[in-house]
Amino acid sequence: MRIRSSQITPKALYLRRRDVLALGAAGAGALLLPGGARAAETPHGRKLEGLKPGQPSTDEKKSSFEEITHYNNFYEFGTDKDDPARHASKLQTRPWTVKVEGECVKPRTFEIDELLKLPVEERVYRLRCVEAWSMVIPWDGFPLATLLEKVQPTSRAKYVAFESAVQPKNMPGVGAFGAIPFPYLEGLRIDEATHPLTLLAVGIYGEELPKQDGAPIRLVVPWKYGFKSAKSIVRIRLQETQPPTTWSQYGGGTEYGFYANVNPEVDHPRWSQAKERRIGEVFRRPTLKFNGYADQVAKLYSGMDLRKFF
Amino acid sequence: MGKAARQPWLKPLVFVAALSPLLWLASRAVRGTLGPDPVAEVLNRLGLYAICLLFCSLACTPLQVVLGWSWPLRVRRMLGLFTFFYASLHLSTYLFVDQGLDLGGIAKDIAKRRFVTVGFAAWCALVPLAVTSTQAWVKRLGYRRWKSLHRLAYLAGGLACVHFIWRFKTALLQPLLFTVVLALLLGVRLAARIRAPARRVSVPSESG
Repeated sequence: MRIRSSQITPKALYLRRRDVLALGAAGAGALLLPGGARAAETPHGRKLEGLKPGQPSTDEKKSSFEEITHYNNFYEFGTDKDDPARHASKLQTRPWTVKVEGECVKPRTFEIDELLKLPVEERVYRLRCVEAWSMVIPWDGFPLATLLEKVQPTSRAKYVAFESAVQPKNMPGVGAFGAIPFPYLEGLRIDEATHPLTLLAVGIYGEELPKQDGAPIRLVVPWKYGFKSAKSIVRIRLQETQPPTTWSQYGGGTEYGFYANVNPEVDHPRWSQAKERRIGEVFRRPTLKFNGYADQVAKLYSGMDLRKFF
Repeated sequence: MGKAARQPWLKPLVFVAALSPLLWLASRAVRGTLGPDPVAEVLNRLGLYAICLLFCSLACTPLQVVLGWSWPLRVRRMLGLFTFFYASLHLSTYLFVDQGLDLGGIAKDIAKRRFVTVGFAAWCALVPLAVTSTQAWVKRLGYRRWKSLHRLAYLAGGLACVHFIWRFKTALLQPLLFTVVLALLLGVRLAARIRAPARRVSVPSESG
């Protein structure tokens, strides 16, 4: 009986072509193939001008540009870590406006190039993903408070809601098979939003933000899990009530909470948050409460049960 | 033995094919193309290869039932042992590298987290199968009892699918496809049993 090998590969193996290559094709010289479908190299963006070092910073070893641009959670472009690097080049970042509205005296729409002219400083922050990995990223940006001051929030502005861009034609992760509902929604309490650590980032490593990292402008809240730092922001809304957010609604609210402060004492349902793997290292290191920013932010939560408000 | 003599390439070919994913992974490690989180990549790949090989071994009997092929049964034991090999590498990577042999953390993980619990249970279900994979054990247990024991492979398959599904927060397509394939493989066996209850749908895997 002569059977071609293509006829006998079980269906399960067809599911991922790269694995089929690896599993089935040794005889065909799979080992001689180049490194498979590697993500394309990230083009470097325009250099940012007038960059100043900011405080606070960290002298920990920074993650490389390569790591920061090839290990991303940006579900609009797919759920694999290398999907954003492969697909985000399609994101259209011009024209781009950020609408700031709601409970404020002077709501208005900002052209991105106007925001890019604001004084930009470098902040080297730890980034702790809720999936228990971390990086150290030299962000370039300005405090969110700087932008909010321009619209003069009213006393009824208790929360800030953020909305990320949706460009269905340019985002392969958006559509009927999208992993989560879009647009991606995030939110902060007003005191968190105006905290000096909270940044609107427009660059990394002194260059315009790469698209897979949330170009042209994104939020960075270093004491919270990474998903709180919404990417590619198009709308910021000041409001009196706590805004619904994508992940705090997902799975009936059991997955991640609204606050999502980094906390080694409160586990995720499926894994411990006590340790994290710094990208580039092999063994895990202990996770710090508020991601090491407790001195600056713990007072925001005094009296709150952080197990309840996770 | 006649068949083996006619297909002398069968076992070496399957051996090399089953080993190739590991060599591929090793070559990626050497070339530094495992991506920014190599530990997670190795862990996930080894788990995926284990489940793929488990499915290959589970497909042997259905292939015989549906297509009348007997040759898959002669490589079933090898596929099963490779499944255990990859599952053990997957578990070892988790224990020694991912967790850095932090025994307290590991014990807590296995006890508390259903996703880890079922993954560990799937590996445990494979242990008796690997141990009793030899011809001597078939004789010692008797073929009927040995065969009953080896139905644990389906339990391991089910647990592996659940482990796979619970690993993800979204993007369930791939693990769900695996689950459908498992159901199909099991369905073929059940259907064959219902249609011909007296007929043996399986034969001893090989004579040596």
